Amino acid sequence: MTVSDSDKVSAHVKPEEKFDFFNDERVRSAFYQILTAVVVGWTAWYLISNTAHNLEVRGMNTGFGFLTATAGFDTDFKLIEYVPGTGTYGRIFLIGAINTLLVSFLAIIGSTVLGFFVGILRLSSNWIVARLALAFVEIIRNTPLLLQIVFWFLGVFAILPRVKNSIDLSGGAEVLILNNRGLYMAWPVPGDLFWMTATAFVAAVFGVIFLRRWAKKRQDESGRQFPVFSASVALLIVLPGLVYLVTGSPLGWDIPTLQGFNYQGGFSLPPSFLALLVALTFYHAAHLAESVRAGILSVNKGQTEAALAIGLRPNRAMSLVIIPQAMRAIVPPLISLWMNVVKNSSLAVAIGYSDVVALFMQTALNQAGYAVEIVAITMAFYMTISLSISGVLNIYNKRVLLVER
Amino acid sequence: MKLKTLFTSIAAVAALAFVGSTVASAESTLDIVKKRGHLRCQVGQPSPGFYNLDANGEWYGSDVSICQAVASAIFGDKTKLEIQSVSSQVRFTALANGESDMLSRTATWTLLRDTQLGLDFTAVNFYDGQGFMVAKDSGITSALDLKGATVCVLTGTTTELNLADFSRINNLNISPVTFEDKNVRNESYLAGGCDAMTNDKSGLASNKAEFPNPQNHLILPETISKEPLAPAVRQGDDQWFNIVRWTVFVLIGAEELGVNMANVDDMRANSGNPSVRRMLGAEGNLHDGLGLSKDWAYNIIKAVGNYGEIYDAYMGSGKLAIGIGRPGSANALWTKGGLMYSPPFR
Repeated sequence: MTVSDSDKVSAHVKPEEKFDFFNDERVRSAFYQILTAVVVGWTAWYLISNTAHNLEVRGMNTGFGFLTATAGFDTDFKLIEYVPGTGTYGRIFLIGAINTLLVSFLAIIGSTVLGFFVGILRLSSNWIVARLALAFVEIIRNTPLLLQIVFWFLGVFAILPRVKNSIDLSGGAEVLILNNRGLYMAWPVPGDLFWMTATAFVAAVFGVIFLRRWAKKRQDESGRQFPVFSASVALLIVLPGLVYLVTGSPLGWDIPTLQGFNYQGGFSLPPSFLALLVALTFYHAAHLAESVRAGILSVNKGQTEAALAIGLRPNRAMSLVIIPQAMRAIVPPLISLWMNVVKNSSLAVAIGYSDVVALFMQTALNQAGYAVEIVAITMAFYMTISLSISGVLNIYNKRVLLVER
Repeated sequence: MKLKTLFTSIAAVAALAFVGSTVASAESTLDIVKKRGHLRCQVGQPSPGFYNLDANGEWYGSDVSICQAVASAIFGDKTKLEIQSVSSQVRFTALANGESDMLSRTATWTLLRDTQLGLDFTAVNFYDGQGFMVAKDSGITSALDLKGATVCVLTGTTTELNLADFSRINNLNISPVTFEDKNVRNESYLAGGCDAMTNDKSGLASNKAEFPNPQNHLILPETISKEPLAPAVRQGDDQWFNIVRWTVFVLIGAEELGVNMANVDDMRANSGNPSVRRMLGAEGNLHDGLGLSKDWAYNIIKAVGNYGEIYDAYMGSGKLAIGIGRPGSANALWTKGGLMYSPPFR
C-alpha cells in the first residue's frame, strides 16, 4: 500500500497550477496599488476641501480672483513696466518671478564657470594654485549661505562710497558707476536701422554653426585642423560691426546722470542684487568645484596617459578626453546644484531684494491676504522651475551616459 | 528668518487643512479659555514700547498690558496668560484658525482686514501714523523734499502701501527698498543705503533710541497715514468681542474717572461717583452681559493700572518707555484734546 502511494506521487512531477484569488500575487499587488491610490487621493481631496470649507466658515476670502486686482505698493527693482495703482497682483508675481529667474540664471552661469575653473585648479600640479583653490572651497563651503549673503550685503556693498563719492569703473567716461545704491550703467537705445545689425548678428551665428560642421568634417576626412574658435569670434564681431557702421551707427546710449539724491537713467542693479549674485555664485561654485574634482579623479589614470601618449597637449587631453568622461560623474550633482541655486535665491528676502518670495509671498500676502493661495502659487513656481531644470539636464545626462553594449 | 516665515506659513495652512470644521461653532471662546485655564494672546516679534522681553524673558509693553488686562478680567489673575509671538505674515491666519484667542499687537484697523480676513477690531488703544526719519546732515526738513529718494521700508505692514500712496499723491517718485529684517534695514540706513527710512512714528522713535547716535537723526514732521492700532478677535463671537473691547474701555474709562492702580481699592469702597461704583462692581450688574465676575473691572485696574499709567510706563517717560510725548497727541484723553474716549459705564 505504501509502495503504491509513493508511486502515485512521483507520477505527478509537475503540480497543477490552481488560481487562488485571495493568495494570488498579481491580485494582491493590484489590490495594494488601488488601495494606495485611493488613500492618497482621498487624503488630498479631504485636505483641499476641508481647507476651503474652513476658510469659508471663518469668513476669509478664497480664490484666485485677487491676481487681477490692482496692487498699490511699489518696488525698487522691476524689469517690466509696473505702475502702482494700475498694475495687478498678477503683475507683482511676474516681477518677482522674473527677478528670481534673473539672479538665478546669472548665478547658475557664474557658479558653473567658476566651479569648473576652481575644481580643475584644485588638481593643479602647482602647489600654490592648488592650495589657494582649496582655501577658497573650504572657507566658502563651511559657512552658512545666509551668513554669506548678509556679509556681502552689509560688509561689502552697503559700505561702498556714497552717491556723492561714487566710483567710476569706466575710468572717467561715467558710463559704469558704482556706489552704495548699486551699479549704474549706460544702456543702449536702439535706433531705426538697428534691426539690420541684429539680423547680421543672427546670420553670423548661423555662419559659425556651419563653419564648425565644415571644420569637423574636414578634420575627420583629412586630419587637418582649422582654427574654428578665432574664426568664429572674428565672424561674430566683424559681420555685425560692418553692418552697424554702414547703417550709420544707429544706437543711442542712455547715460546715468546724477540728479537729486541719486543717479537717474541708464540701467541699474541694486546692491542687494549684487550681494545675492556674488554670494550665490561663490557658494555654489565651491560646492561644484568638489564635484568637478571628484568627477575628474573618477576617470582612470590610464586615460590621461593614453591621451598624452598619442601626443595631445595636456589642455587638449583635458578638454577632449578627461572632461567628457568626467561629465558622467559631474552632471547628476550639477542638476541638484542648479536647482539649489534657484531655491536658495529665496534667501534674498534677508537683504531686501525683490524676488518672488519677498515681493509676492511677503508684501502681496500682507496687502491682499489670501495666504493659502499665495503660498501655493509660490510653491508651484519653484516646483515648475526645479522640474524644468532637472528635465533639461536629465536629457543631457542621458547623452553623456556610458553607452553599454 | 525666511525659513521660519515659510515654516510658520505652512504650519498655519496645514492647521487650516487638518483642523475639523466644527471648531468654529460649538463652544464660545470664553468657555474655551476658561476650560483651558489661561488666555492665549498673540503679539508680534519684540518691538520696544509695545511688546518686548526683559532680562528674565518676561514680556512687557503696552500691548502686553492689554493681554494681561483681559486675563485679569476673566481669571482675576494676570499671569494666567500665554503670550504668543507670531510673525506678521501669519498673524491673522493664526487668529482665525483658533491658535490665538485674541491679538494685541501693532495691527492697523483697516476696512479690508475688518471684513475679509475673518477678524474684528475691538477698540483703538493707540493712534499711530507713518512718518519718515532722515540723517540730520542730509539737510532734508520735510517729507516733500524726498523727490527721487531711496527709502528703506519694512515688509509685512501697511507702510509699503502708504509710502507708494504718498509718493503718487505728491509725485515724488520714491524708490522703496524693502527689508524683512529690522536690523538689516537699520544697518543699511545707517550706512547711507537709503536717504530716509519710513515706519510708524512710534516705531521710528524706538528705532532711533537704539541707534548709536540718536541725536544725528531727525523724524520729519509729516504724518502720511492714519494707523489706528487696535486689539482684534475672531469674527463671530460677540460675547468675546465685547469682553476685549470693554477691557480697553475700562482702561480708558478708569483714567477719565481718576481710578488707578494705587487707589482702586479705596475707590471701590468709598467713591461716591455712581459711574466708578458701577464700573468697579460696587453696585449694579454691568458684568452680567459679559459673562464675567462682578469685580472684573476692578481686577483689570488692580493688575495693570489705567490707560495713562500704561502709556507712561511703556510709551511716555517711564524707565522702559520709548519717549513718545502724549500731551497734544491723539492719544491724550478726549478731555485734554485727544481721541481717547470711553463710552459710559451704565
